[in-house]
Amino acid sequence: MLKENVATGFHYEIYKNCLIVYITQDLDHHAVKFLRERSDKLIEAGDIKHIVFDFQDVGFMDSSGIGLIMGRYKKVMFLGGRACVANVGNVVDKIFRVSGLYKIIEKYNTPEDAIRALEVKV
Amino acid sequence: MKIIFESCSENEAFARTVVAAYITRLNPTLEELSDVKTAVSEAVTNSIIHGYENGSGDIVMECFIHNYDISITIEDFGVGISDIEKAMEPLYTTRPEWERSGMGFAFMEAFMDELKVESVPGKGTKVFLKKTIGLCEEQD
Repeated sequence: MLKENVATGFHYEIYKNCLIVYITQDLDHHAVKFLRERSDKLIEAGDIKHIVFDFQDVGFMDSSGIGLIMGRYKKVMFLGGRACVANVGNVVDKIFRVSGLYKIIEKYNTPEDAIRALEVKV
Repeated sequence: MKIIFESCSENEAFARTVVAAYITRLNPTLEELSDVKTAVSEAVTNSIIHGYENGSGDIVMECFIHNYDISITIEDFGVGISDIEKAMEPLYTTRPEWERSGMGFAFMEAFMDELKVESVPGKGTKVFLKKTIGLCEEQD
């Protein structure tokens, strides 16, 4: 397991072939620019197959966040993986529902639940 | 209330926070507050990335409150939109390479009561947003 804290509003964990991105700031076009670059580097660097986004600390999101998730979804789908979201609060949940994102992304209570569902081999 | 600010992505958070503070006196629910903030964020982001194509320029934001209605206009003097109807179609984006979801106008429409867009190619775009606060049942 690898963990890193950066000042750009998110940190991550890699568990087996699963990347867990903990977003710790409001998710708009400005924030997405950094997150996209960092998470893509991680996906491309390691043997990542699945991605889980944790929204515990996200108090605001707009359609830029949808673009971010859909973009990463396409990447892991190409690798035969799945994309999940966890710890989704009311504000973010409404954005996901209105956008129809739940048609392609799975929602779990916690990242641990997501990992269990993804059956990441220990 | 009228503010003019520079077209840069840092100001997306600034603009929506200003509007949120401005409408506090209407005692909005958390959901109403989020709805307005999202719509403002979408409109300002549009001006920055589409209107000014990430270059420099001024964005003018005006808000006023009448009874329980909040009206917001967000105006830029950028490239403008040649086909507004097309631009407002959900999932349509001129910038798929930037991973835009194409949901900006759809979100403004979904989260506000009224949305109106005026644009002249080469001159700029003005977005009108309106919402009545306090229509929802009292929430915990």
